[in-house]
Amino acid sequence: MYTFSNRLKIASFILMAVGLLGIAAGFISMPSTVEDAKAIVASHDGGHGEHATTEEHAKDNHGEAAHVEGHDSKHDEHLLHQLQNKPWAALYVAAFFFFMIALGVLAFYAIQRAAQAGWSPLLFRVMEGITAYLAPGGLIVFVILVASVAHMNHLFVWMDADVVAHDKLLQGKAGYLNGTFFLIRAAIFLGGWIAYRTISRKLSLAQDEADDNSNFVKNFRWSAGFLVFYLVTESMMSWDWIMSVDPHWFSTLFGWYVFASMFVSGITVIAMVTIYLKSKGHLEDVNDSHIHDLAKFMFGISIFWTYLWFAQFMLIWYANIPEEVTYFITRIEDYNLPFFGMVAMNFIFPLLLLMNSDYKRVNWFVIMAGVVILAGHYLDIFNMIMPATVGDQWSIGVSEISSVLFFAGLFIFVVFRALTTAPLQPKRNPFIGESKHFHY
Amino acid sequence: MASKVIHALYNDDDILMLAVKKVKAAKHHIEEVYCPFPVHGLDKAMGLAPTRIAITAFIYGCIGLAVATVMMNFIMIQDWPQDIGGKPSFSYLENMPAFVPIMFELTVFFAAHLMVITFYMRSKLWPFKQAENPDVRTTDDLFLMEIEIHDNEEELLALLADTGAVEINISEK
Repeated sequence: MYTFSNRLKIASFILMAVGLLGIAAGFISMPSTVEDAKAIVASHDGGHGEHATTEEHAKDNHGEAAHVEGHDSKHDEHLLHQLQNKPWAALYVAAFFFFMIALGVLAFYAIQRAAQAGWSPLLFRVMEGITAYLAPGGLIVFVILVASVAHMNHLFVWMDADVVAHDKLLQGKAGYLNGTFFLIRAAIFLGGWIAYRTISRKLSLAQDEADDNSNFVKNFRWSAGFLVFYLVTESMMSWDWIMSVDPHWFSTLFGWYVFASMFVSGITVIAMVTIYLKSKGHLEDVNDSHIHDLAKFMFGISIFWTYLWFAQFMLIWYANIPEEVTYFITRIEDYNLPFFGMVAMNFIFPLLLLMNSDYKRVNWFVIMAGVVILAGHYLDIFNMIMPATVGDQWSIGVSEISSVLFFAGLFIFVVFRALTTAPLQPKRNPFIGESKHFHY
Repeated sequence: MASKVIHALYNDDDILMLAVKKVKAAKHHIEEVYCPFPVHGLDKAMGLAPTRIAITAFIYGCIGLAVATVMMNFIMIQDWPQDIGGKPSFSYLENMPAFVPIMFELTVFFAAHLMVITFYMRSKLWPFKQAENPDVRTTDDLFLMEIEIHDNEEELLALLADTGAVEINISEK
């Protein structure tokens, strides 16, 4: 049995405490009037001189250069809303990012179960530990979505009745994009995922004590069924929770794109937790070949992610249809560094670092590559949410970093506490022998 | 010059693997193993040097990428610039996204084809070459281990009989 070491527990508490303070600071410093917002931007302009002038702002944000009169006050209000969104958006990005890791691991776990893979049963308890974060993480995301529907924040512009009243496209989408249905869908997605996780975990533990393989077979069936459910709901979740922040824009492969991001982040975290546990003397039977396989997945799915990222980008770039291409124009103009930096971190870095077969077996190398991949995919989510919610007022500041720290702490606490509740090695999984002898 | 070799046949890849390990442990040199399908880990068990084909694959891929870049630059930018979809071809970098699929495909194309050719050359294979396998049954369901005899026939026969071989033959090579 694994025991949650005190040092790690204290570290997770410190992360949560520091994160909470920072999040609170972000909300307190949120401007409440137009004057405050202008003062914040003015101080930044003076300090760094990196933000564009007000005139340029207006042009970027509205795109409609015609109405010059009354433009300034409208612009200032827009600015206020963006700055009011900033702590919320930072919280949402981090909450979703860590939730997505647990969900990606759940999908990976279900695939291993459904494929009856022989190499991975030794890692099942690690995966089950990580998916323990699904319920608390999902609940937090759900609460943020409820807050959005309750108009406590303006992350989703289609929830604003005033906006919809003047927008034909949003009126047409109102049958799908309305607060009630949105929350019902979110509840169904989360309920289904958490239910599968609970059932599968229960069967997995029951298999340890069983005399036959019936629990194992049941788990196989549940996993295959879950994958069908997941395929549909994950895609819809990505439209609802992410794509709808830009309600005019759509991409048909968005679900796959988000899936690739969560899959690679999840696999990376499995590898990192496994290596950590091994370094503490647990998981004796996990050998370099298991790490090698996980690293191959990290490498492969990173390239898969790039393929989808580029497929989405190139078609829109080439077709150059105004309502589609604005999505990338805002990102390239206002988010140049995170947008292209993320491609370097998520593609070029893992490509070069993990290409060599031998490097995939070097544990610290996998950890280093993993840190970059995780940071890169945080930026990926950042680039999905921020442009529509805070526009060019983005920064990686107190709110963003504290949100990441808080959820990292919570994630570590939940995951490692879950790891202590069951033996790290399944006892009676029919493939455990094969997994122990797995070699590349 | 003719030399005598011993052929041990096996009907299962796991038994073959154990036999190979046993023969290696007894410090005999295994000339060759003939299999109906690739056996995972056999190269390591036989003590073959690790393959260097991955390094060549990387080099070939880089060549493919370079060829694609130079080719598209000549065709689309230098020689006959066109305005496609409102994107005039003035610079390679600006039009790069349109060329990425070609750059990718030629990288894969060069790596794959040159790797196969390299493999053929290194294994001294070419189209219409006569098969060299000593027993046609190795193309069906049997695994064959070939060991050269250096005045140790008895010893080898005793060792191989112990490894679960279904048949042991001695022949001139």
